Amino acid sequence: MYRQTEIISDDSESPSPGGFGEAGDLIINVGPQHPATHGVLHLVITLNGETIKKVEPHLGYIHRSIEKMCESLTYRQFIYVTSRMDYLSAHINNHACALCVEKGLQLEIPHRAQVVRVLLDELTRIASHELWWGALAMDVGAFTPFFHAFRERETINDIMEETCGARLTMNYFVPGGLMADIHPNFQKRVKEFISLYKLKIKEYDELITGNIIFQNRMKNVGYLSAEDAISYGCSGPTARGSGLSCDIRKLYPYEVYDKISFNEVIENGGDSFARYMVRIKEMNESIKIIEQLIDNIPEGDFQAKTKVVLKLPKGEFYSRVETARGELGVFIVSEGGTTPYRIKFRSPGFSNLSALDHMARGSKLGDLIAMMGTLDLVIPDIDR
Amino acid sequence: MWSFSNIADSIHQWLNETFHPSVAVIFEMIIAGICVISLFAVLGLVLVLMERKVSAWIQIRMGPNRVGPKGMFQSVADTMKLLVKEGMTPSGADKFLFNLAPFIALVVAMLLMAPLAFAKNFQMWNVNIGVLYISAISSVSVISILIAGWSSNNKYSLMGAMRSGAQIVSYELSAGLSILSVVVLAGSLNLNTIIQSQADGWWIFKGHIPVIISFIIFIIAVTAETNRAPFDLAEAESELTAGFHTEYSGMKFALFFLAEYVNVFIVCAIGATLFFGGWMPFHIGHWQSFNHVMDFIPSSLWFFGKTFFLIFVIMWFRWTFPRLRIDQLLNLEWKYLLPISLFNILLVTAMAIAGWYF
Amino acid sequence: MEKEDLKNKITELLPSATFEEGEWLTVNVEAKDWPAFAQQLRNDDSLFFNYLFCLTCIDWKTHLTMVYHLSSTRYRYNIVVKSKLDRNHPEIETASKIWKTAEFHEREVYEMFGVNFINHPDLRLLILPDGWEGKKPLLKDFEDPVNMIRL
Repeated sequence: MYRQTEIISDDSESPSPGGFGEAGDLIINVGPQHPATHGVLHLVITLNGETIKKVEPHLGYIHRSIEKMCESLTYRQFIYVTSRMDYLSAHINNHACALCVEKGLQLEIPHRAQVVRVLLDELTRIASHELWWGALAMDVGAFTPFFHAFRERETINDIMEETCGARLTMNYFVPGGLMADIHPNFQKRVKEFISLYKLKIKEYDELITGNIIFQNRMKNVGYLSAEDAISYGCSGPTARGSGLSCDIRKLYPYEVYDKISFNEVIENGGDSFARYMVRIKEMNESIKIIEQLIDNIPEGDFQAKTKVVLKLPKGEFYSRVETARGELGVFIVSEGGTTPYRIKFRSPGFSNLSALDHMARGSKLGDLIAMMGTLDLVIPDIDR
Repeated sequence: MWSFSNIADSIHQWLNETFHPSVAVIFEMIIAGICVISLFAVLGLVLVLMERKVSAWIQIRMGPNRVGPKGMFQSVADTMKLLVKEGMTPSGADKFLFNLAPFIALVVAMLLMAPLAFAKNFQMWNVNIGVLYISAISSVSVISILIAGWSSNNKYSLMGAMRSGAQIVSYELSAGLSILSVVVLAGSLNLNTIIQSQADGWWIFKGHIPVIISFIIFIIAVTAETNRAPFDLAEAESELTAGFHTEYSGMKFALFFLAEYVNVFIVCAIGATLFFGGWMPFHIGHWQSFNHVMDFIPSSLWFFGKTFFLIFVIMWFRWTFPRLRIDQLLNLEWKYLLPISLFNILLVTAMAIAGWYF
Repeated sequence: MEKEDLKNKITELLPSATFEEGEWLTVNVEAKDWPAFAQQLRNDDSLFFNYLFCLTCIDWKTHLTMVYHLSSTRYRYNIVVKSKLDRNHPEIETASKIWKTAEFHEREVYEMFGVNFINHPDLRLLILPDGWEGKKPLLKDFEDPVNMIRL
C-alpha cells in the first residue's frame, strides 16, 4: 500500500515510482512504529547519506474523524470526544469547545468557574511541557530527564485526579462552567506543587539546558524564520521561538487572562534551542499565573444555569484558545439544532507539522528527531 | 595467602602429578577455555544487572527487584528468555553473514581477554606485545558490526553500521595514542611490565597532568569505541530504532549484547591496568609499611575494584548525557581529541626523556 | 481599522463581494475571483492578511462553501472569506502559493470533501489511506455501514 523503500540505483532511467529521489538517494520510513515519533506518525524521508533532502508526512494512522463524529453528538456530548485529540492538554481542548458553545448561547459563566478553568489550564500546560521536556531529552539520547519530568508531572496528575476524577482525559469543563466544584484540598495541593516545582526546575537546567552536548544539538538547527512561521500557520511555542507574537491569551484574552499579569515568552532565535527555551520559560510563566490566582478563587457558583438540552442559534461560531502546543480553534456551524451541523478543529500540531519539511531540509537525520521533539507533536491532535 | 596464582599453581601441580605432562597441558587448556567462557557469561549477567541498577539509581526508580533477592537473578531470567526465543533471520538477509556477525563480535571479545592480568601472576598469555595485541584485535570488532548492518538488508541497520564504522575507526586513533603515552613512560608493551612499573605509584599519579589528559582522552575514546552513549550512534534508539542489530532477535541479539558488555569490561580493565596499576595495590613511593598494609588486600580485588569503578563511570556517562550528532562526533575526534593527544604524546615523550615524573 | 473601514476597503478591492454579519467580518467571493482577491489580501499594505489560521469546507447539501479564516499579524484584525462551490464539480484555485499552510489544509479538504484545488503542488491523499475510493467522508451523504454508528 505504501511505497516500498529502496535505494535508488544509478542505472534507473526515471525517478522512483513515487516521483521523488534521484540516483543514490536513500528513502527511509520513520514510523508509523518508531521510538521517536511518539505515536503513529509516518514520515517518508529522502536521505543523501545522513543529510535530509525531503520529509514527507503520511498521516491518518490514528484518524478517528472526530469532526464527523461530533456532527451526531449533542453540544454536551461532543466535548468528551475532544479530550482524545490533544490528550496532553485535554483540559484546554475542552475549554475551547466550552467557550465556543458558550459564545453561541451568549452565556456568562460564574467568576469562580473562570478562575478554576484558568488554573487547570495552566496546570495542564505545565504537565504537557514536562512531558515534552522528558520526551525531547529522550529524542536527543538522554534517558534520565524523562523520569525527572514524570516525577513532577505525577503530582499534577494527582491534583487532577482529586478534582476532576481523571488523570488524562478530564472532561471537567462543561458549557456553563465546571462539572463539579473543586476538591477541598485543591488549593493546598497546588501550593505544595508550586513549592516542589520551584525546587526541581533548577535540576532541569543543570541536567539538560546547560549541557554542552545538548546545546550543540539544539542551536542553529531547524531554523524557522518569522515569515515562514507565519506562512506555515505555526502557532504556540513553535512560532514564538521564531519571534512571532501569537499568544492567544494575550492577543484575544478569554476568561480572566486579561486581568492577570504574565509575560508572553518570545525568543528570536528561530532554532530548536529557541523553541526549547520558550517552553521552559513558559512553564515559569504558568507558575506565575497559578500563584496569582490560587489564593483568589472567588466564592460562588461553579456552573451557570443552563437548559438541559442546549440549542445553539443558527450561525457560525469560532473560538480560539492557547493550548500547550499552540492555537486551537473550534469552528462550529449551527443550523439551530441540538447537534452541530459542521465542526472544525483547527489543531495546532497539524499546521506546525507542515513546517517540518521546510525546517528539516539540509540537516542531519539526528537533527530531524530533535526538531520533531521541539515541535512537540501529538499525533492524535494532528490526525483528529 | 589465598590468591588466584596459588590456586592455579596447585591445580597445575596436581595435574602434572596425576597425568602425563602432555595430557596435563590438554586438561589445562580445557580448564582455561571453560574459565573464559564462564567468566564471559558471568560478566554479562553481572554487568547487565549493574547497568540496570545504576540506571535505576540515577533515574530515581527501583530497577529490577522481583527475581531473587533485590532482583539479583533478573539477568539470569532474561538470559533464559533469550535462550528459548526464536532467532529469526529475515528473508532478504544474507543468511551466512547474518548468522556469522554475532559470533565474530563474541570471538573478538574473548580474544581480548587473553593478555589481561586478572591478579598477581594470574594471566592467560603473558605476551610481550600485549598493548599492541589489544589495540589490534579490538579494531576487528568493527567488522562484526559492519557485517551485521550490511547483511540485515535493513536501512536502519546499514546506517547504524556505517556510522559505527566511521566512529570506531576514528576513535581508535586517540585511544591508541593515549595508551601509547603510558607505554612511553613504562618503556614496554608488555602488560605485566607496565603493571610492575607502577609498584611505586600508579601512572595516573606518577605521570601527573599529561597522563591525566591521556586518561580523559582514553575514557572518551573507549566510550565511543564500545558504542555506548553519548556515542551510541550505531544504535541511536530514537533515530535508528536499534541500529545495526535491529533485525536480530533471541540469542543472536543476546550475543551482541553480551559482547558489548564484555567489551566495556575489557576496555575498563585496560584502562585500570595502564593508568591505575591493574592488580597493583595502592602504593606510595617508598612508604614500605604503608605499601605492605595495602598488599594485604588481594590483588584480584584491586583489579576488579578499579575495573568496576571505571565501568561505573562509563555507565554514569550513558545515563547522563544526550547523544552527539554524527558530524559533531567526528569533529570532536578529528578537530579536538586527535590534535590534543598528538601534542600530549609529545609532551609525555619529553617528560619521559627528561625524567620529569615521580 | 474598524469593521466598517475594512468593509469599505474590501469593497474597493472587489466590488462584487457581499458581506455577512458575524463575530468577524465575513466576505463572500466568487470562486473565480478568489485567487486575485487572496493575492490582494495578502499583499495590500493596509490589509496584510498574512496568517491563514483556519481553512475548511462546509457541505450544505446543495453546495459546498470554502471558509478561510485570515488574520493579520501586523494589524491584528481577522476576516473570514467564504466562497460557494458547485457540489458536483467543486473547484477552486489553491491558496498554497500565498499561504504555505494551505497546502496541508487543502489536501485535507480535498480528501474529505473532494474539492479540486487547481494548481495545487501536491494534491494527494493525506489522512485517508492510499487508494481510497468512493464518497468523501465529511460529505453529508457519506455512508459507512460498518464504522458509522447513528445515535
